[in-house]
Amino acid sequence: MSKPADLVQGTLDLLLLKIVALEPLHAWAISQRLKQVSGEILQVSDGSLYPALHKLEQDGWIKGEWKVTENGRRAKFYSLTRPGRRALEREAANWERLAGAISQVVRLNEV
Amino acid sequence: MGRIPLWRRYARLFGADPAGDVNDELQFHLEAKVGDLIDRGWPPDTARREAERQFGDIQAVREAGERMSKEKERDKQRRDYLGACVQDLRYAFRTLRRDRGFTLITVLILALGIGANTAVFSVVNTVLLRPLPFPNAQQLTWFTSGRSLNSGLREAAGLSGVTYTVAAYEEFQRHTRSFQSVTSYDPFFGDAEYTLTGRGEPQPVASVRVAGNFFGTLGVQPALGRFFSKEETQKNGRPAVLLSYPFWRRQFGGDPTIVGQAITLNKQSVIVVGVLPASFDFGSVFSPGMKVDAYVPAVMDNLRNWGNTLAIVGRLKPGVSVTQAQEEADILFPQFKAAHPEWWGDYTSTVTGLKDFVTGKLRRSLIVLWCAVGMIMLIVCVNLSNLLLARAVARNKEFAMRRALGAGRGRLFRQLLTESLVLSSAGALLGLGFAYALTLYIAHQGSIALPLLSSVRVDGAALTWTLLITVSGAVFFGLAPGLKASAGSLQDTLKDGGQGMSSGRRHERLRSVLVVSEMALACVLLVGAGLLLRSFLNVLDVDLGFQPSRAAVIKIAYDDGNSRARRGAILQEILRNIDSIPGVESAGITDMLPLGRNRSWGLKAKGRAYRKGENLSALVRIVTPDYLSAMGMHLRKGRDFTWQDTPKSAQVVIINEAAARRFWPGEDPVGRIALVEGETRVIGVISNVREHSLEVPAGPEMYLPVTQADPEGAELVVRTKLPPEALDSSVMKTLRLLNPAQPAAELRPLQQIVDHAVSPRRFFVLLVVSFAVLGLVLASLGIYGVISYSVTRRTQEIGIRMALGATAPQVQFTVIAKALRLAVIGIAFGTIGSFVVAKWIASLLFGTRPADPATFAGIVLLLGVVSLIAGYIPARRASHIDPMIALRNN
Repeated sequence: MSKPADLVQGTLDLLLLKIVALEPLHAWAISQRLKQVSGEILQVSDGSLYPALHKLEQDGWIKGEWKVTENGRRAKFYSLTRPGRRALEREAANWERLAGAISQVVRLNEV
Repeated sequence: MGRIPLWRRYARLFGADPAGDVNDELQFHLEAKVGDLIDRGWPPDTARREAERQFGDIQAVREAGERMSKEKERDKQRRDYLGACVQDLRYAFRTLRRDRGFTLITVLILALGIGANTAVFSVVNTVLLRPLPFPNAQQLTWFTSGRSLNSGLREAAGLSGVTYTVAAYEEFQRHTRSFQSVTSYDPFFGDAEYTLTGRGEPQPVASVRVAGNFFGTLGVQPALGRFFSKEETQKNGRPAVLLSYPFWRRQFGGDPTIVGQAITLNKQSVIVVGVLPASFDFGSVFSPGMKVDAYVPAVMDNLRNWGNTLAIVGRLKPGVSVTQAQEEADILFPQFKAAHPEWWGDYTSTVTGLKDFVTGKLRRSLIVLWCAVGMIMLIVCVNLSNLLLARAVARNKEFAMRRALGAGRGRLFRQLLTESLVLSSAGALLGLGFAYALTLYIAHQGSIALPLLSSVRVDGAALTWTLLITVSGAVFFGLAPGLKASAGSLQDTLKDGGQGMSSGRRHERLRSVLVVSEMALACVLLVGAGLLLRSFLNVLDVDLGFQPSRAAVIKIAYDDGNSRARRGAILQEILRNIDSIPGVESAGITDMLPLGRNRSWGLKAKGRAYRKGENLSALVRIVTPDYLSAMGMHLRKGRDFTWQDTPKSAQVVIINEAAARRFWPGEDPVGRIALVEGETRVIGVISNVREHSLEVPAGPEMYLPVTQADPEGAELVVRTKLPPEALDSSVMKTLRLLNPAQPAAELRPLQQIVDHAVSPRRFFVLLVVSFAVLGLVLASLGIYGVISYSVTRRTQEIGIRMALGATAPQVQFTVIAKALRLAVIGIAFGTIGSFVVAKWIASLLFGTRPADPATFAGIVLLLGVVSLIAGYIPARRASHIDPMIALRNN
């Protein structure tokens, strides 16, 4: 189990926004999807998933809606809002910049 | 959707449930996880525990989630609410703009009501509610001596009856334990009249003698320089003067270097030691209507032998109450009297808060004023409620339509309240403008003898008050129409032609009740105002004992070197020259005019035994020959003074009728010997003169010639047919010729002193009467509105009646009768209320009984006539209805 600290600070938001951007999902599905697309590398604990989702919802980046799942259960589906989409673009660009910078540093040849 | 269980669909029927949502979400998660684990082969019971273990601290997550969701929900509600408010506001503005005439009248009425309330509140707040403008003002107290005298005798003794000797003051200062500091000033002002020379035209300097610790006790700090040093308050000390802020600005152009310089006052060089702050206005606290230019030290050793010369002000120690101070004074002053049998009075004292002394007498008047203005606001609200009701009826269809389209009752109600609030806020803004103008005007009425008036302004408290009445007013007058509009059957309204008979009648009943109450309020207000006005007229009608018309007065200065013989010669010369000015009928000089300052001396009839402690004081005026005729006083018996009454000739005195009755009851006093300073022969008796105020009858009074007693100041009275301005320059030229140091002064009509004396009453009466007139106008508007509306509503009915043969006068009669019925009911209630109010204001009346039949009858008649007119206009319209048109319409 990876702890939330294993994720670079702030990237959890980015990941959640990105996943929700693909299609509206409920929280359980979001954590499953995250595990699945990252090849089981990125795992988020339940204890940090919910606060992060609620925080995003309060900020108005995602919004929750009660819908019925395919097996007839009622669940809260999160989808991206318009400000959320802008935030996602911003965060993603940031991430690209950061990741690029880090890999440049890492790839420096030692002399 | 069909698969949602039925109960779930209604789970949020009673609004959002953020906590439930979070719980559901987490529950779903756990169940999903359990399912997942079971799929992977976990046994169901352990799968549940494993899922919870993996989740971690589920309680913390739940709480955090709930907190956030609740906040979000609150945010959303707030946003919804604000959004609806903005929508309501926009809608209100739109409808009000459409109804321009209505809006204009409503806002104007509200502005008058709110403006009057704000202005009066500012006055009440400044004079009554706010502490005096000194630090810890609640510690300041005032001493009134002569508690052992009855009020009549105290009144007769004037200022001398309520003041103290230096000895009494110093004894109290030495022995008191309740006060941190006790100070005093000389309230007789007159002999502290100075002339400033050497700086342009000689200027009069009105000054007050104050004890060295006077400003310190009040807690005032000098704006420039310092207060008096100990040396400056001693006998033969260095002469020093403090300037008031306005005088410093006016006379010395606000030059700060004046401090430390010498100026010439009464030919003596005096050092200016400091300037008082602009906020300190001696007159507005201690002597309303008086402007003080400078303060000089009261040198106690000089005042010691002058009798009662000091007014005492004390500052209590922290935690000591006025009652405790009173108890102490009750013990101390009798002790002093026992220790000093030679004292003239016993100085039994009444200790009151300084605030009570300054404004206590005004309390009743101001509260009456406040109530009057409150009633105006009530009438305004009732009136608007009425107007809005009429409008609500006209808008019935609109409301019904909006409800049919889904607007809730609450929403409609809110919409109407928003409209009321918009109206009253607009009224308040305009009203604040009125109030600012009115308070500015009041604050600059220096001639009104009311304390603290100069500091009246619309301040934070007044703004808060305005906000309060604006909002409560809006709720009050918006409530009835709001309830009406949001109630009522939707179907009826839409089906009916917009003028549903039954609901229309209910409306009319409510409106009639409103008009009746409006009428009753206006009636109470008018009767109160009528009684006060009548009292005011009675006061103006009082026989003053002198003729203020066609006479003018000017303060003069002369230098007699304290010689009575020289004084006689100088004043005789002045009067001879003044008399020779064309247009002057007679002229005379007194030291104190009626209705202003006064002092009293002892007076006894020779050969009569008086009880010990009996009050034998009489007001004293020191005058020249012809003063009595210049004032238009009536010499009942005997003769006036002449210039043959010299310091060397026999001592003579003229007394008033009150003194004659008091000291020589049932006898002719002329020729009798009175004991004043020595034996003095009574040579004349004059009619009583109002001395303290127009309301209070005169006490014993005596007049002494300037050649035989020492005056305090000099006022030249000139009787003339010409207006004072026409004589001003020639009188001043004559005075300057005789005394180049004559200070610049204006010849002012004698009527001014009377106006000044009645100014507080005039002020209150003016305000109350204008409020009453406003109330009358509003009430008649109300009655007109209701009758006019009922005529409009019954156009058809009236048309039918006329078609069936009713004549125009008959139609008119029915309409007018309706108006009068409302008026009579209102007046009946109003009259009952008026009796109660009249009893309550009885102490403010003068020469008018609270149940004055003339006032009551007059007001009832006035209201009747006004309602008759208010009914006649719609009645005329009704009688002009063309039956054909009325029937064809609709």
